[in-house]
Amino acid sequence: MRALLPAVVSVAVSVLLAGPSSAREYRVGLLLPYSGVYAALGEEIEAGFRLGLEHFGDVLGEDTVTVLKEDTEVKPPVGLVKTKKLVLQDRVDVLAGIVSSGVLAAVRDFVHSAKVPLVVANAGNVEATGPKCSRYIVRVSFSNAQIARPMGRYMAETGIRTAVAMAPDYAAGHQHVEAMQAAFESGGGRMLAATYTPFGRTQDFAPYLTQAQATGAEALFAFYAGSEAIAFIKQYAAFGLRGTLPLYAAGYLNSRLTLDAIGDAAVGSINSLHYVTTLDTPENRRFQQAFRERHGRIASEYAVQGYDAAHLIVEALARSKGDPEAFVDAAREVRFASPRGPWYIDPATNNIVQNIYIYEIVKDATGQLVEKILKVYEEERDPPNGCDLAG
Amino acid sequence: MSYWIVQLLNAVQASMLLFLVAVGLGVVFGLMNVVNLAHGAFYAFGAYLGWTVLQATGSFPLAFLLAPALTGLPGLAVYALAVARMQRAGHLAQVIATLGLLFVSVEALRALWGDIPLEFPVPPALAGSVDILGTPYPVYRLSVVALGLAVAALLWLVLSRTIAGAMVRAAVDNVEMAAALGVRTGLLFPVVFVLGCALAGLGGVVAAPLLSVHPGMGVEVLVPALVVVVVGGLGSLQGTLVGALLVGLADTFGAVMGPQLSGAAVYALLAAVLVLRPGGLLPARS
Repeated sequence: MRALLPAVVSVAVSVLLAGPSSAREYRVGLLLPYSGVYAALGEEIEAGFRLGLEHFGDVLGEDTVTVLKEDTEVKPPVGLVKTKKLVLQDRVDVLAGIVSSGVLAAVRDFVHSAKVPLVVANAGNVEATGPKCSRYIVRVSFSNAQIARPMGRYMAETGIRTAVAMAPDYAAGHQHVEAMQAAFESGGGRMLAATYTPFGRTQDFAPYLTQAQATGAEALFAFYAGSEAIAFIKQYAAFGLRGTLPLYAAGYLNSRLTLDAIGDAAVGSINSLHYVTTLDTPENRRFQQAFRERHGRIASEYAVQGYDAAHLIVEALARSKGDPEAFVDAAREVRFASPRGPWYIDPATNNIVQNIYIYEIVKDATGQLVEKILKVYEEERDPPNGCDLAG
Repeated sequence: MSYWIVQLLNAVQASMLLFLVAVGLGVVFGLMNVVNLAHGAFYAFGAYLGWTVLQATGSFPLAFLLAPALTGLPGLAVYALAVARMQRAGHLAQVIATLGLLFVSVEALRALWGDIPLEFPVPPALAGSVDILGTPYPVYRLSVVALGLAVAALLWLVLSRTIAGAMVRAAVDNVEMAAALGVRTGLLFPVVFVLGCALAGLGGVVAAPLLSVHPGMGVEVLVPALVVVVVGGLGSLQGTLVGALLVGLADTFGAVMGPQLSGAAVYALLAAVLVLRPGGLLPARS
């Protein structure tokens, strides 16, 4: 106790000397999975988020941001409990994060009625910025359809006439395939078969790949993420399909997070995504360099989503001084120059409007796997889809 | 025609992986009357330990040999700490304790190797593909089939042609009688248990280049392996082999008929066996 006394006294003195300050402390509640299947994504988004606060926090002047972390465990009921805790007990000014679409759907009604702005940094379910949209929920990541639609368009534009699709049997799998199929078919292509594999139970895709090959289609479209993605693409390559059934995929299949685990099997696949790590812009060079210095690896699209969520939050806090209505208005006005390119929030849906990149995985001169951009679809915007925030 | 042959190969290859994992589970169940749900963990440990050996030495033969051997160590620990003490505790207590151990193992894998799935490449010597009636088929998958058959043959030889095998069969049949006749069950049990774990580890490291090495892999393999044991019959090598083939065929051809049928076909097989032959198709004890 005696040893503590000088410390206590010095703290008390410094508090007294500092006196009342005009600086404000904003509280941001970060809702991410730190356990369960998406724990790696949670860490990656937080790493990006903290870097974003550092790079753009100056805009707040004297005011500061305190981050309160909660683990959603990728479970919708847990996500809802943690959201309520952050809002009712911790009195946060803004919520951010959410990886799983299931968690986003579970917290939507509470967030909407509590009128606390939520900046979604991953979850891509179409409804969240469609029929179930909310003025207070702003998405800076992507929607499933936004990623898959340009790929369907690109495949049709490059002369592919027939395709088959494979995806896990849950909402995101269906939304990707449906959006891709609609764009592909309106461009003149024909989908021969769409196979939805049991989600979380499929590690051996051999029966489905053999089947896809037997259809005689010109191309294969696939959406897989995480450990399923690795198993899928390795088996795709092992069955020698690269020569006969070219792979077009939503870019999570070859995410930077798992690309090294996939290895050479990824080479030659064509992907669509809202971010490419090799973009040659000052914003991206600054972001990637800072991330590498801190974490020793290349930042993935998940890190960018966290980074941009932080950027939007500090900008909107600076303009709104923490008032939730003004915060949402500000979030919908600002135009951002991000590592992924220019983007802004669509006032009609609160979904992001951004570039979608079509790129091929190639090996560079040093043997590293890198992304080679083939085409950029600029300002890709989701249709309102039942959402009427503008009106 | 080649399409169905390739699908049949897919089914047999899936069966052989299941066989490697299930054989230890079934023999331990039959021999010691212990339900060991932690068995899936050894499959995962095999894959992770194989990856680590490969990273350290760069040698595929070493990885494939050392992974099962190293998997025996946690196997021995589980035997000494839990299984040996719980032999008379009843199945419910065993299920709860070993399921707990399985979850502990998943978190241990995450803590030791991280959440991001790891790369385990196909050995370059087995990386190509061969033509099967005009359809290319990966050599590595054919090697898995050959390995599974070789392990089955070796186990059959040991069990049916050696004194040690006779002891195991005697103890499976009637453990008290075997002990009374001088079989040292106190030594036999841990040896068989650790060998079963090592085989699961072999299954894990063999599966690693095909699938992905991730913390949840041991949980994913557990239920199919249990179905194999129940379908085949407890404690019997032939039963486990037949069970693995049936489950592999049901899973693959169910998937061919429609993705949602792959699981349904496996459980329909399980239900049919439980109704018609509750002891399994080829149980060791009749």
